Amino acid sequence: HLPRPPKVLGLQARALTPQTAETDAIRFLVGTQSLKYDNQIHIIDFDDENNIINKNVLLHQVGEIWHISASPADKGVLATCYNRTSDSKVLTCAAVWRMPKELESGSHESPDDSSSTAQTLELLCHLDNTAHGNMACVMWEPMGDGKKIISLADNHILLWDLQESSSQAVLASSASLEGKGQLRFTSGRWSPHHNCTQVATASDTTLRGWDTRSMSQIYCIENAHGQLVRDLDFNPNKQYYLASCGDDCKVKFWDTRNVTEPVKTLEEHSHWVWNVRYNHSHDQLVLTGSSDSRVILSNMVSISSEPFGHLVDDDDISDQEDHRSEEKSKEPLQDNVIATYEEHEDSVYAVDWSSADPWLFASLSYDGRLVINRVPRALKYHILL
Amino acid sequence: YGSRKFLLPSPFPASSSWAAVGAMAAAATAGSSPGSGPGDSPEGPEAEAPERRRKAHGMLKLYYGLSEGEAAGRPAGPDPLDPTDLNGAHFDPEVYLDKLRRECPLAQLMDSETDMVRQIRALDSDMQTLVYENYNKFISATDTIRKMKNDFRKMEDEMDRLATNMAVITDFSARISATLQDRHERITKLAGVHALLRKLQFLFELPSRLTKCVELGAYGQAVRYQGRAQAVLQQYQHLPSFRAIQDDCQVITARLAQQLRQRFREGGSGAPEQAECVELLLALGEPAEELCEEFLAHARGRLEEELRSLEAELGPSPPAPDVLEFTDHGGSGFVGGLCHVAAAYQELFAVQGPAGAEKLAAFARELGSRYFALVERRLAQEQGGGDNSLLVRALDRFHRRLRAPGALLAAAGLADAATEIVERVARERLGHHLQGLRAAFLGCLTDVRQALAAPRVAGKEGPGLAELLANVASSILSHIKASLAAVHLFTAKEVSFSNKPYFRGEFCSQGVREGLIVGFIRSMCQTAQSFCDSPGEKGGATPPALLLLLSRLCLDYETATISYILTLTDEQFLVQDQSPVTPVSTLCAEARETARRLLTHYVKVQGLVISQMLRKSVETRDWLSTLEPRNVRAVMKRVVEDTTAIDVQVGLLYEEGVRKAQSSDSSKRTFSVYSSSRQQGRYAPSYTPSAPMDTNLLSNIQKLFSERIDVFSPVEFNKVSVLTGIIKISLKTLLECVRLRTFGRFGLQQVQVDCHFLQLYLWRFVADEELVHLLLDEVVASAALRCPDPVPMEPSVVEVICERG
Repeated sequence: HLPRPPKVLGLQARALTPQTAETDAIRFLVGTQSLKYDNQIHIIDFDDENNIINKNVLLHQVGEIWHISASPADKGVLATCYNRTSDSKVLTCAAVWRMPKELESGSHESPDDSSSTAQTLELLCHLDNTAHGNMACVMWEPMGDGKKIISLADNHILLWDLQESSSQAVLASSASLEGKGQLRFTSGRWSPHHNCTQVATASDTTLRGWDTRSMSQIYCIENAHGQLVRDLDFNPNKQYYLASCGDDCKVKFWDTRNVTEPVKTLEEHSHWVWNVRYNHSHDQLVLTGSSDSRVILSNMVSISSEPFGHLVDDDDISDQEDHRSEEKSKEPLQDNVIATYEEHEDSVYAVDWSSADPWLFASLSYDGRLVINRVPRALKYHILL
Repeated sequence: YGSRKFLLPSPFPASSSWAAVGAMAAAATAGSSPGSGPGDSPEGPEAEAPERRRKAHGMLKLYYGLSEGEAAGRPAGPDPLDPTDLNGAHFDPEVYLDKLRRECPLAQLMDSETDMVRQIRALDSDMQTLVYENYNKFISATDTIRKMKNDFRKMEDEMDRLATNMAVITDFSARISATLQDRHERITKLAGVHALLRKLQFLFELPSRLTKCVELGAYGQAVRYQGRAQAVLQQYQHLPSFRAIQDDCQVITARLAQQLRQRFREGGSGAPEQAECVELLLALGEPAEELCEEFLAHARGRLEEELRSLEAELGPSPPAPDVLEFTDHGGSGFVGGLCHVAAAYQELFAVQGPAGAEKLAAFARELGSRYFALVERRLAQEQGGGDNSLLVRALDRFHRRLRAPGALLAAAGLADAATEIVERVARERLGHHLQGLRAAFLGCLTDVRQALAAPRVAGKEGPGLAELLANVASSILSHIKASLAAVHLFTAKEVSFSNKPYFRGEFCSQGVREGLIVGFIRSMCQTAQSFCDSPGEKGGATPPALLLLLSRLCLDYETATISYILTLTDEQFLVQDQSPVTPVSTLCAEARETARRLLTHYVKVQGLVISQMLRKSVETRDWLSTLEPRNVRAVMKRVVEDTTAIDVQVGLLYEEGVRKAQSSDSSKRTFSVYSSSRQQGRYAPSYTPSAPMDTNLLSNIQKLFSERIDVFSPVEFNKVSVLTGIIKISLKTLLECVRLRTFGRFGLQQVQVDCHFLQLYLWRFVADEELVHLLLDEVVASAALRCPDPVPMEPSVVEVICERG
């Protein structure tokens, strides 16, 4: 399992998302950041069998992309948060886009051709933020029909209904954070549990949970991190568990029923941790990306939904590697760092798992380098068998 | 005396001497006329004066170390065979004269002669005196002998008379004894009858005597009478008259026994009287078993009384006497009582054998355990107190006191139980001291916090950190020493329990060394480490200076103090125990780890403070519409000032550390967006987006040059390393913040100016100035990327602005 060849975009980039609605092909969407050139959305296709990366480029001419998220229902729909500079003022806006039909399921053109035949995104609708300020991120309702999105704008949390084939976004409800000082949301995640009625947000050092029906706060973890909280993610299999990361170099795991103490704390990075992601199926696998240019894959067995691992039948063991993993499974399971990936040379601002292959993930550093990696095979078999 | 012999008058001088004198006199008269000697008179005792003087001179000379030979006229060593020695046995006048005549000049001969004559005269006169005196004595002796002769003659006559008288007396005496023979026999017989009658009279009078004795309370006397009569009465009980007496006696004895028991039960008369009662009752043949039960029951009553009074002293309301007094009371009251009881019991009921001993042991065990419970309650009250010497003395008394009954009542195991109590107290005491040390350490920390908080007003940086450190270190050390001294009392030679195996072994090794000293050092490290984990990561909770100070303290412990303290402990408590102890190296490693963590935390906290400043300054500014830079922003000056302050602060406690060799005038570098070839390489792709192959190649080449910078990396124990850590964190923050903003042309230029300013001042603090270049390069390059209109400022202008600022 050699590391996948790095993919260089040629521009700075911070935004990365898997094509959530796609469950067969391994496909990631990456948004670039450039003030001087037209920004692009790169559709990265990874051909697992042949170990080939294909790239299609869509022009995103309205501005540099700070955040990107793909609709869970429609492969062709995505949302971006982008900077618009006007009159020496910068405003971060958000919009929902549709990509050309032929690119939805990827194309197998050669990379050289793709750059010359860049196509343009079709704008579906703007999320009007003139009254609310800079958009930090856009979240789709997980497992929904792609009609509900929530965006975070400065200190507001906005729930939108997409109507008329997503060509119109209607503000359904909103809430805002009140308090002294300049409060601003930095990021948020929509919980897949509780019938998708919960959202968690990060602002400064605080984590908050919201009920989307009443738009009211459910829980609040004050000083979750010593410094700014950069990102958070819900455990896909354990409804009260979430992970957060921040500028104190730590990754913390919380049980939202007890907000006084984290369940677990990891301190492996040597600089701010920008991203934390649970594996969608095997929640002991946690991925983190940091501005120390490292990506770390951790195995948090003790607080996962499979704390005792799988039992293995001896008959199934054939090759040596599997045999080793079988031995491991009989030992008490320990949390540990599985691997530290050091292919990046600049800060890693985004990591995410593929929506199609649970053993594959991508990481994106500021210099525009995208790296696709696999979970070590030994561990994979260990978890599966 | 060799010299004196010649000169002093001697009653019987050797004949040869006299011969010599004579010959000398003859020679002198033949040689020359007398009278030409020294002027002093040769007559009488005056003649001795010059001789004495000479002798004195001789001794003085001897004293001043002049040789004997220099003393005038003294032969070095008299040779007994020398014929020329006047006093020698082999003196030959002819030889002497020959020698004189041959050797001496005339003047000396004349002197000799004069001298000789004078001496002869003196000797003559001495001889006359002696002869006269001897004559007188001889005459008086003759008189005495004559008188004695007369007296003896008279005495002889009287002796003769005495012999005749004695013969007459002997005769008379023989006659008288012959006459009295008959009567004598009769008198002997009568005397025998009289004695028998007196015995009988005693028997007949016995009942009344006994009654009288019982009435008077002379029980001992009564029992003695009874004992004397018992056997006789037993023997002659077939005679009716004796039988009556016996019956009477038995009745009285029974009454006596009754009374004795009564008295025994009433008690109150103290143990010795009781013991007497028991003794008498036993003599009366009362059943011993019952008596010993009763005896113990009685003793129990009294001992329980003692225990009650002890318990009363324990009582909560009255001011409890000090523990020494308490154990004294207990020792003299209860333990003393128990000793008496045990001694009396053993004396009285020795015949009872092992069963009796067991009974006593059970008795002592039961009461002893109650006593111990009381003592423990009292000792528990003492736990909080600080005075170890009093406690140890009290324990010593307690333990010592119990050794006597312990020997007496080996089976009861009171001594063992007492030792256990003492051990328990000692353990608790160790725990107490550990608590005390911890509290002292926390107290020190509070003091330091106050000291750190207070003098900020004075506006002076670094409020004597080194001094504070020394204070803390010495204060802790003195506390440790005080504690060691306090617990050392438990092992003092004169303390009765110090030779118990626990105090010789486990107490020293596990208790003092491991429990107290190692335990304290560990807890100190833990306390210090807890500052790293405190939730106050925003820097408010723990003053950074305290972290720094603690880190240095732990490091000092690692290098010297731990081994010093442990050596001290091992010396004071000669550990004979073989149980494993924590080696110095382990403790040192722990202390070092603590120091490292504290220092790392210090770096993080200080880095955070500066980071926050930089971050606020980047986040809150509108970089798009900023004006052309004329000055370095104030916040950068503040950063440099704070860094300098931190440098001073760290410098107070830590050594300088090593720095990489510096390149030529590094402060002269000016930042411009395109100045560094590396930067050009790295960010070239931004301007040529259609050349992915080149980008790959370039980034790979660039990889060869730059090394990954670990921002929060472990810190070494020196100033440069600490400052490097802080600056790395701050600059990386600056970089990340810059990347989140969009800059106008002047915004970029301002960043350029700021970075150049930082470069000018920060390089001197870090180990490798290349690092500062690298990070600042990257900041400027990132700002350029984030600028839609990147027109960099002229390097010379940047320099001018920075120099002005």
